[in-house]
Amino acid sequence: MLRYLGTSLRMTIVSVILLGIIYPFAMTGLAQLVFPWQANGSFVTVNGKVAGSSIVGQLWTKPQYFQGRPSAAGKGYDPTSTGGTNYGATSKKLIDSIQARIALLEKQNPHAPGPPPIDLVTSSASGIDPDISPDDAYWEAPRVAAARHLPLSRVQGLIAAHVRGRTFGFLGEPRVNVLELNLALDRLR
Amino acid sequence: MTFAGWLQAIVFFLIILAITKPLGTYMAKVFGGERTFLAPVVRPLERLIYRLCGVREDEEMTWHAYALSMLAFSAISFFYLYVLLRTQKWLPLNPQHFDNMSPDLAWNTAISFTTNTNWQFYSGESAMSYLSQMAGLAWHNFVSAAVGIAIAVAVVRGVVRTSVKTLGNFWVDLTRCSLYILLPISIVVGLYLVSSGVPQNFHAYQTVVSPEGFRQTITGGPMASQEVIKELGTNGGGFVNANSASPNENPSPLSNLVEMLLIFSLGAGLTYMYGKMVKDTRQGWAIFTAMAILFFAGFAVAYQAEAAGNPIVHAMGVSGGNMEGKECRFGVSASALFATVTTDTSCGAVNSMLDSFMPLGGLVPLVDMQLGETVFGGAGSGLYGMIVFVVLTVFIAGLMVGRTPEYLGKKIEHREVQFAILAALVTPVLCLVPTAVAAIVPAGLATLNNGGPHGFSEILYAFTSTNANNGSAFAGLGPNLFYNVLTGTNMMFGRFAVAIPALALAGALAGKKSVAESAGTFTTYSPIFVALLIGVIVIVGALTFLPADALGPIVEHLLVLQGKTF
Repeated sequence: MLRYLGTSLRMTIVSVILLGIIYPFAMTGLAQLVFPWQANGSFVTVNGKVAGSSIVGQLWTKPQYFQGRPSAAGKGYDPTSTGGTNYGATSKKLIDSIQARIALLEKQNPHAPGPPPIDLVTSSASGIDPDISPDDAYWEAPRVAAARHLPLSRVQGLIAAHVRGRTFGFLGEPRVNVLELNLALDRLR
Repeated sequence: MTFAGWLQAIVFFLIILAITKPLGTYMAKVFGGERTFLAPVVRPLERLIYRLCGVREDEEMTWHAYALSMLAFSAISFFYLYVLLRTQKWLPLNPQHFDNMSPDLAWNTAISFTTNTNWQFYSGESAMSYLSQMAGLAWHNFVSAAVGIAIAVAVVRGVVRTSVKTLGNFWVDLTRCSLYILLPISIVVGLYLVSSGVPQNFHAYQTVVSPEGFRQTITGGPMASQEVIKELGTNGGGFVNANSASPNENPSPLSNLVEMLLIFSLGAGLTYMYGKMVKDTRQGWAIFTAMAILFFAGFAVAYQAEAAGNPIVHAMGVSGGNMEGKECRFGVSASALFATVTTDTSCGAVNSMLDSFMPLGGLVPLVDMQLGETVFGGAGSGLYGMIVFVVLTVFIAGLMVGRTPEYLGKKIEHREVQFAILAALVTPVLCLVPTAVAAIVPAGLATLNNGGPHGFSEILYAFTSTNANNGSAFAGLGPNLFYNVLTGTNMMFGRFAVAIPALALAGALAGKKSVAESAGTFTTYSPIFVALLIGVIVIVGALTFLPADALGPIVEHLLVLQGKTF
């Protein structure tokens, strides 16, 4: 048994050096060389200042910006505390929170067409979902247009320009990146 | 359900089908000790490792020696990770100054990674230094997968070889698997993941301010290099708490497809490698077919349940599929697909929160694991689990026609069946007994996130997952001393109490003489055999677990239809 343990110890040391140290450092070097923007967090800058990461959702509350989905990450959209609510389908807390969310959204969006879409009343898995569905964006559009004194068609056109379809036509779902859409809104002025 | 949603699953499967043969052929070469196209680069490194570790390349091991080497290596690697997690505060590459992990959580995490489970009671982004991530967790992702594959290869050798006592060399299998298979794929696909947006840096977390004034801390770290091996090695322990649901680990629908392919690839390749090694590829394809049928059955149920959505939510006027705990870029289909893929195998990575699945949607991952993760399996553990079921099937078929059962020219006698039954019984016992205990003691009920039958499902899922070395969770269930200790023990037994009987079975088979095929030999590649194999897997699983499943997801399904909440 001692012999097996001795070989195990040596194998552990050697493989930690190769797979646990050299490999990640080499990958970092390669990544920084070839895809530096992505490797460093896909940051978007506005006027020289970092406004956020394009792959990480932010909390938006003002009426002139599109809002993301409910978030269970920390106090909302906290990347250091990612996760979902983990409420099951029969959870009273889930049903109550959806009800409250519907009421809030309908109050904030008096001119929205019909009840809110499902994505806007359910929490994402990561709590930092950067996207909303195109339905969500069109649903919020009347509020955003009113807050910015823009014609609704202009806002709708902007949404249409920012919809990303399914990859190759069948992978995933159509979506709109909230940060990119809101930054585009700001540029309209 | 949509056409695109189904197309996604079908294209995914067709790609797996297409890579099974080339990958299996390559794996057969690697474990046959043949020269591969990577040899000019890798061979010198391989030799160096043997020299540094004192491994004699041509030394053959009996099943005892193979199992002891595997256990010794697992023990050392467990101890190493435990020490690393308990001392990370004083070690380099800890820009967030995370504290040392508590003893029970470090113990749980170390077992979890040693056994290829990667159960996540820890939160990566708020508790793990970069060093712990890359030199601890990611390293374990490589070697625990390589250990699993090595065991599978040894078991296959047991089936192939006749009248010998040995099953190969554990150290050589471990090294060759890491160097020729895991590392090259990780480098290539890891770079793709970076290009899709997965970070790969050593920065401290960075605070950013949105145009609206929202302050946010963006995490960093060497994520891509870890993400790729996490999926390829069917490990599943996330760099961050939200695992592959986090846009940092899985930024796009395409990265999602690639990650699912990584999860299935080695398990699929192993079936072809198996056919190649037993010199009859039909045997491998028969197993592949059984796996494929079980895979599509699971996906269909999960996708249907999630696409139908929650009737209680619909009653509030909001229509659509169940999006609670799912990401917009994936939607219902890609989430149901990922959940099926990750529990068919022993991966356990998630791109959506399974705890928030509809009752029948959540039942699918649960049942997948209860069937022993035999569908393309974990890195290795799937194939040896499947071989155990094959032996049982052959035995049952033999009983039905009243002949001594044989498989690939080997007589299956009482010793082999004993080991196979032992391996097949470990899962239910280790899953159901602790579930029953947890459901009645206060410590077991203290950290539930849901009431009613779903609370019970959380407990059942935890012990099913840790026992099957999967690592996915109904993640509402929180850690405490009770769960840290009990799930830790469970993971340990779940790994070794299956692997050791499987190796013993292989040792027994290797020592047998080959008997000539006769007219009475039961063909083990025919559609009848495939149907029988599926029957055995499903019946063994269903008979054992149906009562428990009925108390959890099935009751919950009936209640959600009535609009009951807890």
